[in-house]
Amino acid sequence: MAAAAEDLRRRLNTGTLLVLLLAALVGSIGAAVTVGPADISVSTVWAVVADRLRLGDADVPLLREHIVWRLRLPRVFGAAAVGGGLAAVGAVMQTLTRNSLADPYLLGVSSGASLGAVAVLVVGLGSGVAALTGGAFAGALAAFAVVVTVSGRRAVLAPTKVVLAGVAVAQLCAAATSFVIIWVADPHATQSITFWLSGSLARVDWAALAWAAPVLAAVLVLLAVHARTLNAFAFGEDAAATLGVPVTRVRWLLLVATALLTAALVAVSGAVGFVGLILPHAVRFLTGADHRRLLPAVVIAGAIFLVWVDTAARTLFAPRELPVGVLTALLGVPAFVMLLRRREVGR
Amino acid sequence: MLTVTGVFRSAGARQILDDVTCRVPAGSLVGLLGPNGCGKTTLLRVIARLTTPDAGRVTVGGDDVATLSRATLARRAALLAQHADTDLDLTAIEVVLLGRTPHRRSRWSDSAADRAAADDALARVDLDGYADRRWHTLSGGERQRVQLARALAQQPRLLLLDEPTNHLDIGHQLHLLHLVRRAGITTLAALHDLNLAAMFCDTVVVLAAGRVVAAGAPAEVLTPQLLADVYGVHADVVPHPATGSPTITYHPPAS
Repeated sequence: MAAAAEDLRRRLNTGTLLVLLLAALVGSIGAAVTVGPADISVSTVWAVVADRLRLGDADVPLLREHIVWRLRLPRVFGAAAVGGGLAAVGAVMQTLTRNSLADPYLLGVSSGASLGAVAVLVVGLGSGVAALTGGAFAGALAAFAVVVTVSGRRAVLAPTKVVLAGVAVAQLCAAATSFVIIWVADPHATQSITFWLSGSLARVDWAALAWAAPVLAAVLVLLAVHARTLNAFAFGEDAAATLGVPVTRVRWLLLVATALLTAALVAVSGAVGFVGLILPHAVRFLTGADHRRLLPAVVIAGAIFLVWVDTAARTLFAPRELPVGVLTALLGVPAFVMLLRRREVGR
Repeated sequence: MLTVTGVFRSAGARQILDDVTCRVPAGSLVGLLGPNGCGKTTLLRVIARLTTPDAGRVTVGGDDVATLSRATLARRAALLAQHADTDLDLTAIEVVLLGRTPHRRSRWSDSAADRAAADDALARVDLDGYADRRWHTLSGGERQRVQLARALAQQPRLLLLDEPTNHLDIGHQLHLLHLVRRAGITTLAALHDLNLAAMFCDTVVVLAAGRVVAAGAPAEVLTPQLLADVYGVHADVVPHPATGSPTITYHPPAS
């Protein structure tokens, strides 16, 4: 299997791979929008988009236009953004912490987000998407700030300390969230916590995407600029330093940027697990470990992955809907076990 | 080429480096010797600016390393560690190309010069044809040679070796040091094996408890008296039958 992967890797040059993946992503988004309880064709989707962008004047019934423009399109784009972003963050975290089991939620960001969202509900700042998203975002950043403070000045020298502090803060936030839920005993809050903890794209609308998209774009550009620098971390931080990388500055810049992006994504979808953990490993089979190939490929692959998993989540048991995080966990856990076994064999 | 002047470094109450002064002239291979915990690795880390000294000065090519940017220092001095490993699935040539990091012009692509330097470096460690071999399939000796090629691809003026032969069998130990010698780069090498040091080094510096206790040509420094003082061992030193370099044979400890 490894030999087959290597053979495939050699035959696919980077350009071809990215074009193929990009075509698959466009096809997936187009196809996913047409899937659902209401029967909608590709031409309808196209007519609605053209109409909205004032490229044409289509005569689409209002209900269908509503389904396409208000419900399905933002949701599918949301899945693509969250999937691509989480996969990129996972790949970078795995490199920076030299831990192949690292994922985007390692630094307590997702637990902070759920605490923030629940706090907004409970304090009564509102229950709209904007208020919840804002609360989740603030909570995620606050949790990350606490992680940085707790790990202290010496953390500059020890990334493991940052990781341990992340675990501790995540536990603290989870406990605080449970406490708030029980204290308030508000069914609304309970529903909300379930949503943030298991992850779902059901609430995504254009407003939520407008928050996340600029953060996603900016952080992806930053990561792309550092792709070659990330390669230098392969043999550890000291090795990177002797290769001329200003290790401390680069590490903090990228940790803060990825925490920011994770916060923005969690605010959109809650904590969707396993995408950031598994996708980088799967994509490395195709691209190898060089971040200049890995990062663009993993973003597109993550987007494709989550678009289809979310489509399955909303249609498999229709009219009931699964939280997408439940499905990613169902797919992710076996992949995770395979990864562990492969590591043992590799030793 | 390399001068170390009055370097101190402590960890807690323990003085790891205690007024260390030594120099490595251009073109020479200098061995850094001494028992475990004598400060060899710390001294190399101070020179590579991975550790900050409490006091003292290190210059490479005439400039204080504290004043150089990381990238400038990485173009002047390359470090080969005891044991380098990675979880990532890299090929040999990808590892060697990491050595081009401080020279890169582009944030994205490898230049033709980078490629040429990497290919040349692999050839200089006798690993032509290994470019596409995966790191995990290489033996310990091959990995160290790939790391040496990575260091050569940095095109440094100074090579720092931290016990690079520690995990290798004797054939690979001799081969690696032969390759270092043949590369002709000014080198400071921490070594455990005194016979290897005597065979390959122009001069040796002996550290004990963080202090320089002897420095000079191997034949002058590696005497039975010094071995008794520094390592606490009884040994005979005789000329090598073929090369004439000092060769040490140890006596079992008196019981």
